[in-house]
Amino acid sequence: MSSNALKSGLQAGNKNGSTSLLKKKLRKFLNNKLALFGLVVVIIMTLGCVIGAIAGVDFKTPDIKNLKSAPSSLHIFGTDTIGRDLFSRVIYGGCFSIFIGVFCSVMSSIIGTVLGAISGYFGGKIDKFIIRISEIFQAFPQLVLVMMIVAIVGERGLKNLLVIFVITGWMTTYRMVRNEFLSVKGETYVKVSEAFGMSKSRIMFGQILPNVMSPIIVSTTTNVAFFILQEAALSFIGLGVADSTPTWGNILNAAKSVSVVTNQWWIWVFPGLAITLFVLAINFLGDGLRDVLDAKQQ
Amino acid sequence: MENKDIILDVKNLNTSFISDQKKVDIVKSVSFQLKRGTTLAVVGESGCGKSVTMNSIMRFLGNNAQITSDKIQYNALQGEKVVEYQIGAIKKANGPEMRALRGPELSMIFQDPMSSLNPVYKVGDQVAEGLLQHTKLSKKEARQKVLELFRKLGIPDPESRIDCYPHQFSGGMKQRVVIAIAMICNPELIICDEPTTALDVTIQAQIMELLKGLQVNEGKSIILITHNMGLVAEMADEICVMYMGRVVEFGSLEDLFDRTAHPYTKALLRSVPVLGLADDQQLETIPGITPNPADLKEGCEFANRCPDCSEECRKGKIPAFEISKGHRVRCLQYSNFPEVD
Amino acid sequence: MTEKNKEVIFKVNNLKTWFPIKKGALKKVVGNVKAVDGVSLEVYKGETLGIVGESGCGKSTFGKTVMMLEKPVDGQVEFNYNGEFKDITKFSKEEMFDFRKKVQMVFQDPYSALNPQKKIYTSFEEPLIVHGIKSKEEREKIMERVLKMVNIQPDYLQRYPHEFSGGQRQRLCIARALEVMPEVLICDEPVSALDVSIQAQVLNLMKDIQKELNLTYMFIAHDLSVVQYMADRIVVMYLGKIVEIADSKTLYEEPLHPYTKALLSAIPVPDIHNKKKRQILDGEVPSPINKPSGCAFHNRCPLCTDRCKEEDPAMHLHGENGHIVACHKYDQKKD
Repeated sequence: MSSNALKSGLQAGNKNGSTSLLKKKLRKFLNNKLALFGLVVVIIMTLGCVIGAIAGVDFKTPDIKNLKSAPSSLHIFGTDTIGRDLFSRVIYGGCFSIFIGVFCSVMSSIIGTVLGAISGYFGGKIDKFIIRISEIFQAFPQLVLVMMIVAIVGERGLKNLLVIFVITGWMTTYRMVRNEFLSVKGETYVKVSEAFGMSKSRIMFGQILPNVMSPIIVSTTTNVAFFILQEAALSFIGLGVADSTPTWGNILNAAKSVSVVTNQWWIWVFPGLAITLFVLAINFLGDGLRDVLDAKQQ
Repeated sequence: MENKDIILDVKNLNTSFISDQKKVDIVKSVSFQLKRGTTLAVVGESGCGKSVTMNSIMRFLGNNAQITSDKIQYNALQGEKVVEYQIGAIKKANGPEMRALRGPELSMIFQDPMSSLNPVYKVGDQVAEGLLQHTKLSKKEARQKVLELFRKLGIPDPESRIDCYPHQFSGGMKQRVVIAIAMICNPELIICDEPTTALDVTIQAQIMELLKGLQVNEGKSIILITHNMGLVAEMADEICVMYMGRVVEFGSLEDLFDRTAHPYTKALLRSVPVLGLADDQQLETIPGITPNPADLKEGCEFANRCPDCSEECRKGKIPAFEISKGHRVRCLQYSNFPEVD
Repeated sequence: MTEKNKEVIFKVNNLKTWFPIKKGALKKVVGNVKAVDGVSLEVYKGETLGIVGESGCGKSTFGKTVMMLEKPVDGQVEFNYNGEFKDITKFSKEEMFDFRKKVQMVFQDPYSALNPQKKIYTSFEEPLIVHGIKSKEEREKIMERVLKMVNIQPDYLQRYPHEFSGGQRQRLCIARALEVMPEVLICDEPVSALDVSIQAQVLNLMKDIQKELNLTYMFIAHDLSVVQYMADRIVVMYLGKIVEIADSKTLYEEPLHPYTKALLSAIPVPDIHNKKKRQILDGEVPSPINKPSGCAFHNRCPLCTDRCKEEDPAMHLHGENGHIVACHKYDQKKD
């Protein structure tokens, strides 16, 4: 067979063989109604928030005439205690909340993956050292860390929160990746690569990592929800982002007073709904991804 | 033949599984009879449906399996009387009727001794479990029975071994314990699903000797599932060769080895390396790959790999022909012989 | 393989691969699993050397140690570089990388030997890229050549491993090992995971490839009948040691060591007319952590004497054809 025949053979094979797997996975995902719902909600909410922010909704200027006004045609979500439009605040705050969730979860996944890969593949002393580090981080209360950093830096801000979430959030991914590496390391194709004399980094990231990607993708997705909730919790007790930057948690902060909870339901219902809906959608999406990607469940 | 001589009579057993909303037939109209006190070997490659057949008889399959049969009859010999059990007609797979049969009448030995035992219980207790379930013996009496059986099965130093945990046993010893579990209620029929595939040859020889002893000395009936033709030659009285869910050939040991009829059986016998082959003797190969049961078309399942395949082989249903008494072959080469179902 | 001046390609001398057992908080070494415990043998160019033994006898570890996938604690493995023997246990990283082109391995489990996330094409291309074949055309030429050898169509390259059957996968694995043009192929149980009707295909294919490329095989398997079909010479191992080496016909016709005899007699033969008398061994292979003193086989041996319990038998040459046996019974110098 000539080289040309090989090439045409390759192309023919391409059409039949390789796409079928992707198609099958896609079909499986599309059949999962909850996951599809999650994906649609996540996309709509993210796009809505980003477009709103770019369009420049006014979330700062208080409407002095309408303090604490209930939802109306002028302010469809109502206004908060100092008269700012809640709809624009939820939209604008969504940008920050989603950004915090996505950024922290991606960054902590990267750190966790790299450390987990090193730990799982090499084993021995390096492994033990990284495990101890992760245990120290896990044992340290996040709240105390937040207050410490606020005290050291002297201001509350987005940056602090991001740094703290990332350095306290990588351990679960790390442990998962380490365990996956430990088990995949024993697979024969890794031995084959060693027998061909491939370099360690090539085996780690070229051979093993693609087989560990599915759980990493799933956990990164669900971690977005986790970090959004974390941020909301910290902001609610007043340790999160500074008041000037709205986030979903920050808006809820106003609902700390009992009179707001009882009299101005719209101030906490709308941001609360936004958080619940988004987190739920992310979790549905994560579950759907797990079903599609995880070979063990097939 | 009378019911007294036949312990298990299976007629037209079909098992299919539902997966991805598609029905896949795994076992197709399997019929056989097992004579009391003999060994039947069920031979075939992985995926040929031999394990599924036995699991269908024992009703061990999950909810996605559909089992239909004309008859699965088990004849128990109680004193002089023959009691017939219609296993196929029992409705609940795990109901009291089926459970009363498993253990005292039929029992099964699985392939992997490592995962057949529960690691957190002492082996003695695991063996005694069946006795406590089916008889009214006290724990002490049960222990005595277990000790007796351990001695019979050649487990050394049974008094101390009975209180050990599975991880303290080697593979061969674990398989003996698994056999003890199967034997403790003194069943008439033992189904062995590849009992030695996970074991070394010297240990395999020990276990096979043990099973043969049970059959010869105690009159047990054994169904041995295997893919090893050597074991078949040593153990079996009758042989049932399966391919892609069908019995392709059934007959006595001599029928199968001396008057091999089906092309698949022939190929199977000639393609396995045996000791003492001449230097330049080539093994015969069976071309092609084992087909996927979901994409099978009509006609003979072996047609695509068969050297003697003709146009006829790819059409319709291939019946079985009886080429001599008790020797049935599902192949159109023998269509001048009487058809049997 | 009868001519006297056969060229040696591998010289293994007193090779030991031990795995330490660590216990306690301080990870003190409390013992060693002596998987390979003093193995010496020579492999000739172009032959198939079969290595048999039961599970736990160290045959797989031996194969991996010869590949340097496991590090030995003692002993030498010398490889013939055009007449000059170099000890690969002392190789630098660069020398080792070069050695990987000389010796390749085919593993037992074809189902996990191909990366499930990668197309066959990628799995085949990577070793070639690593070994410095830069032009895509040249790489595809090599792939095409090796695929032809194992009778697999080139358009299958664009598929994923799960689309292949076990036999096809094992053929792909053999093809991939051949890409770097090795001189020696170490086959670790290459057919034991395959269906019986597929085994013969792979075995015959391996024989054909050997003839075509003048390859040397080290064929490791637990099934003596498969090894006997493939091998010119057979090494029988028991508990990390060699008990007998003989050419395959001699081993079958006149085995010397009691363990070899028992192994031969334990194999069921698909022949209903010549049923042989079974010699059934008692007991099981002892743990490689606490080996029996003296001859490792003495507690199962029907011919065991007091000397066997104390003294480890050395390897003796028996007869003309390089028949080597490690048993006191054949030690003529002392008795």
